[in-house]
Amino acid sequence: MIIIVLLISISLLIALVFLGIFWWTVKSGQYDDVVTPSMRMLFEDGPKDKKADSKPTKS
Amino acid sequence: METITQTDLCCYHCGQPCAETLWLDDKPFCCTGCRTVYEILSENDLCTYYTLDKSPGVRQTETDTSVYACLDDPSVRSRFLEFDSANFARARFVIPAIHCVSCIWLLENLRKLEPGILRSEVNYAHKSVVIDFNPSRVSLSQIAQRAATLGYAPQINLDAGTSKPKGANQQLILKLTVAAFCFGNVMLFSFPEYLGLDAADLALQEVFSWLNLALSIPVFFYSGSDYLRSAVTAFTQRRINIDVPIALGLIALMARSTWDIVTGTGPGYFDSLTGLVFFLLVGRWFQGKTYESLAFDRDFKSYFPLAVERADGQDWRPVVVHEIREGDTIRIRNGEIIPADSRLLDDKALIDYSFVTGESAPVEARAGDLVYAGGRLAGVPVRMTVVRKIAQSYLTSLWNNQVFQKDTKDYRSVMDKIATRFTWAVVIIAVGTAIAWSMKDASQVWLNVTAVLIVACPCALALTAPFTYGNMMRVFGRAGFYLKNAHVIERMAKTNAIVFDKTGTVTHGKEKVTFIGVLAEDELLWVKNLAACSTHPLSRIVYNSIAGSQPIKVDKFVEFEGQGIEGTVRDHKVRMGSAEFTGADPVSKQGTTVFVSIDGIVRGYFAIGTSIRPGIADMIRRLGEKCKGLVSGDSAAGGTMMKDIFPAEADLRFAQSPQDKLDYVRDLQAQGQVVTMVGDGLNDAGALRQCDVGIAVTDDTGVFTPASDGIIKGDMMRHLDTFFNLSNSAVKILYAGFVISFLYNVVALSLAVSGHLTPLHAAILMPLSSISVVAFSTIAVRLAGSRKLGAYIKTNAV
Repeated sequence: MIIIVLLISISLLIALVFLGIFWWTVKSGQYDDVVTPSMRMLFEDGPKDKKADSKPTKS
Repeated sequence: METITQTDLCCYHCGQPCAETLWLDDKPFCCTGCRTVYEILSENDLCTYYTLDKSPGVRQTETDTSVYACLDDPSVRSRFLEFDSANFARARFVIPAIHCVSCIWLLENLRKLEPGILRSEVNYAHKSVVIDFNPSRVSLSQIAQRAATLGYAPQINLDAGTSKPKGANQQLILKLTVAAFCFGNVMLFSFPEYLGLDAADLALQEVFSWLNLALSIPVFFYSGSDYLRSAVTAFTQRRINIDVPIALGLIALMARSTWDIVTGTGPGYFDSLTGLVFFLLVGRWFQGKTYESLAFDRDFKSYFPLAVERADGQDWRPVVVHEIREGDTIRIRNGEIIPADSRLLDDKALIDYSFVTGESAPVEARAGDLVYAGGRLAGVPVRMTVVRKIAQSYLTSLWNNQVFQKDTKDYRSVMDKIATRFTWAVVIIAVGTAIAWSMKDASQVWLNVTAVLIVACPCALALTAPFTYGNMMRVFGRAGFYLKNAHVIERMAKTNAIVFDKTGTVTHGKEKVTFIGVLAEDELLWVKNLAACSTHPLSRIVYNSIAGSQPIKVDKFVEFEGQGIEGTVRDHKVRMGSAEFTGADPVSKQGTTVFVSIDGIVRGYFAIGTSIRPGIADMIRRLGEKCKGLVSGDSAAGGTMMKDIFPAEADLRFAQSPQDKLDYVRDLQAQGQVVTMVGDGLNDAGALRQCDVGIAVTDDTGVFTPASDGIIKGDMMRHLDTFFNLSNSAVKILYAGFVISFLYNVVALSLAVSGHLTPLHAAILMPLSSISVVAFSTIAVRLAGSRKLGAYIKTNAV
């Protein structure tokens, strides 16, 4: 029986470590803005050619 | 050139139809402002802005960027800075114009335009941008000006940069996480108990019990601390809210379970305790999520400018409005609001009090006249001496009127009323149980009384309201109607008198001006400059409708009362006015017309019409008796049109000052009516606050919106009645949810009173009741919403 108690305490400790990590991510502000990054990923890196981005004008 | 409105061409920058098209690089622009932004961006290789989103720009209004000079004043500066040193500073600006991907992209690439900026980061949800910059290379005011020239004017007012709504939400997430973690583990450790254990495993069960106790301590003291604290506060104020029975239940659960484990008499109810706190926090989190996107906490001071230029010897220095004292000389420029009652020093000034009185014609003030706070200056800059300090002036006294502090005190929500009865009922049942068991078996009294308190805990009850109202607010929000908080739904459901404002509410906010005839571009500018000389409302309307800003001198200006105006521009005699005045044939047409003649030849006319929003008449008919009337700041000119729309018994009032509107609402309330006022929220701000539900109508979501209980998009006005119907449904759904949770309570209480409540029963009943109530209210609200508003939710989806 003692082995179950041992295993449970180990698993509980591991779970506590994860809880601690999550706590840290919240505290460090990683969930403060969950909207903007999803839009920011649409940006392309580097400069673009001026003419390449002309869009057809509505008429 | 023909200048009949071309609706088929849309501005490349802002996407609005071009009234007068300007071309650059084969792209149409509606005004020079938009074209300038395009030029700046294309010079700096920032045209990705236009590829990320279609026509992402904000229409350029002629804002005076010199107001940002005040940002270099140390006391103003510190309001916006989060960090400051010689070579590095971090500022936070709120920019209401942020609305799409392109906005984020451009603002985060500001450093390419302004080398002193090191980095900028946008928070889309809060519409704010954090800018790291080098103060030795670029000043805060330059950054603000740069952003403003691109159409992203930072919000500069008394309240800006003061609040940072950060910590509370983080706290809630942490509490929720702890509760979730402990709840999950406690459930696991309780499983053996649910399934039944052999005598051989009793030692194991004891270990589990102690682990449960250990895991429940943070849940009780940390996650549940808000409920305990709120209950204590309610107690000290001698009021009972829903948190009191919850706290009572939590304490009973904790005490009873700890007792059981310490004495070794049972496994305790820790699974119920942790589950309860977890579900309650989920409800609270959901509520917070719903409110998050609605930043409503502005008060009226937000309208005031933050700083004003004050004479300092020979110089003009920007000072914070608070610091203005009696006797100071201040300078006000075109379009600025006068911050305090003052005496005019210059010869002449045109002041537009529409903001205060609702009257759209500007008033002319002469040297020595008293001008009042809240007026907006039109025309050349003027100097004035402050005669009354800002806090005492008329406008602030109107706004500080205690009625504007909305009645949170005397208004008690359905929830609190039920909580009071509920708590008393629980106390009575508990006392009854105690008496009954003390006669039967005294040793069981303590056990059964705690059992009653445990299952009576109104977890499901507390979840019903946030989920019902929260979901309803989301449905409303997706259809273009944004509410300040959940109480508004209850008050809307109770409303039996609806009062409308006219301009911007029943009619479109802006006059529709079309020129019919032929005028060259420079001739149009002549007309504009001639119109600028007159203060007549029609002249103002014509003036505003013509694009361009080139000042041309007008000679021999004469105003013929009731007929028109005349003047010589560039040696041409220009006349504007009635048909007879200009010598034209009268046109039989609805609405107002202004004819133009140049050198005696009639060139055409401006047709000016205020158009009623489509569908309003039907909506008002559907509202039926609830529609009480109309209060308008305008003259009775458009009265006949209004009579056609409103029912015969409705009360139509014209030429009402803001104070009249406020009094009217107050009269209705004195008659016991629950009043909803719908207005544009500017000159009827006082009335919007006084009434039970104040709804502001807006056509431009980018425009910053005044204090009110709700904001409705202009094109959804015709469905106002549907929103009222849905509010009624929401209240009904809430009551149905209460009934469900009461049913659970009846079952659980009968078990508890009769002494049959085991931890297993509690563990099943309590989460089940919460989940079923939440599921019921969510589904019911969604169904009601999609049945009545389905089509609009889709079209308005963000």
